[in-house]
Amino acid sequence: MISMPRIISPHHAQKIMNVVLWGVGLLAIVILIIIIGYILWNGLPQFSLEFIFGNPVGSGESGGIWPMIVSTFYVTFIALIVATPLGVLAAIWLAEYAGESILVKAIRFAAETLASIPSIVFGLFGLTFFVVFLQMGFSVLSGGLTLALMAIPTILRTAEVSIEAVPQSYKEGSLALGASKWQTIYRVVIPAAIPGITTGIILGMARAIEETAAILYTVGAALAIPMSIWDPARPLPLHLYILATEGVSLPNAYGTAAVLVLIILIITISTNYLVEKYTKKMMGR
Amino acid sequence: MENIIIEVKELNTYFDESHILKDVYLDIPRNAVTSLIGPSGCGKSTFLRTLNRMNDVIPTFKKEGTILLDGKEIYDPDVDVVDLRKRVGMVFQKPNPFPKSIFENVAYGLRVHGNNDKKDLERRVEASLKEAALWDEVKDKLDDSAMGLSGGQQQRLCIARTIAVEPEVILMDEPCSALDPISTTKIEDLIHKLKNEFTIIIVTHNMQQATRVSKYTAFFLHGEIVEKGLTDKIFIEPEDKRTEDYITGRFG
Repeated sequence: MISMPRIISPHHAQKIMNVVLWGVGLLAIVILIIIIGYILWNGLPQFSLEFIFGNPVGSGESGGIWPMIVSTFYVTFIALIVATPLGVLAAIWLAEYAGESILVKAIRFAAETLASIPSIVFGLFGLTFFVVFLQMGFSVLSGGLTLALMAIPTILRTAEVSIEAVPQSYKEGSLALGASKWQTIYRVVIPAAIPGITTGIILGMARAIEETAAILYTVGAALAIPMSIWDPARPLPLHLYILATEGVSLPNAYGTAAVLVLIILIITISTNYLVEKYTKKMMGR
Repeated sequence: MENIIIEVKELNTYFDESHILKDVYLDIPRNAVTSLIGPSGCGKSTFLRTLNRMNDVIPTFKKEGTILLDGKEIYDPDVDVVDLRKRVGMVFQKPNPFPKSIFENVAYGLRVHGNNDKKDLERRVEASLKEAALWDEVKDKLDDSAMGLSGGQQQRLCIARTIAVEPEVILMDEPCSALDPISTTKIEDLIHKLKNEFTIIIVTHNMQQATRVSKYTAFFLHGEIVEKGLTDKIFIEPEDKRTEDYITGRFG
């Protein structure tokens, strides 16, 4: 029997890997903190009641960003009310009804591909389809629908995985009590999958809320508060992009970025809290 | 002549090409406990799951022969599988409460069958939990998640959930195999109590359990019933050599 000479003992290898893994983990967190810290450090000094709740003056070199905040929530809301039912229902169909045909594999492959297509391509599609072909013009609706297209694959995949993760034994228990398949899905499977589905919706929302390229060609760039879905708008990322690339005002660009980061942080943290509370209630620990 | 609730005649079942149950004949007496024993893979679980049509979800499953519940073939096209499962409940090997509150677990079957009367649900949930000998342990925490209960409590909850819909037959698929001895004793006591009201068919790997809980026993081997009859008879003077070998632990 030939044995390889040991270069280092398992004990030492364990110690080295402990240091390496801890180091890499900490590095990732440090990078994240530096980025967020840098944005907040430069952006927070711009914060004032006028900056948050005021209208922009000129093209944004001074004044506030209230219309952009409203625009952001507006387009994201539209994206979510379209993408959530479509994504979740498609996920239920894929996980519980579709089986394993070639068509189903094609759909799953398409969803995965869609999730990795560059957002500017979605923007171009939104321009030709919603803005021009369906004559929706540069509007909150065109932008929201384009974002919905981007969010659907994310929501679908995450929801499908979490629905598939629901133990078979729950379903059998329900069927054995005389529940129909649909009753089993909406009374047992979906409630058990809610944490995962919510995560998918939040990921989809995060993708929509921070998206610039996809709305660049679809939502217009109006500085006024959009009064209806047919009005053009200027969500925060787009405003940030214009402020920075056209050299309008770098400090205000940082201020806008800080608002965007805070909105995403607040939504993510509060959703996580609610999901954890729900899981604890459901699982009893 | 005993009062027979389920009559199985010439039953053959298949998954794809593999022939699982072969020419099974079995009468299940009403309001008594019948044990199904036999080594792993002998078809007793398949048999059990054929009685409430849980195998229907498996696309390759095929059944030939007759299964009469109160004289009516349960695989007839006009039989609603929902109604069948209401009449023939099932308790699984591994306790599988839903990730819901204790109350909602027991109320589940009732809600599914359209009962949403709050007072009536409360009354039935309490009655079922009492009947399953779990009420005293959970009466102060009905809104807590069932997942927080111990394994034995979870299994009694699953029994409470099953009897809440008032079935005639309860199928139990090795209900104690995941439980400790004390929890097992509680479930066995419960089975003794329930047999006056329900017909119970229990799959078990535990010979002592079969002798303790059941009046009748059927011994399965390679998809066939080798011997069936009164439990006392089978365990004291089995007619077939294979039965004797199995119950004395010489194989299986």
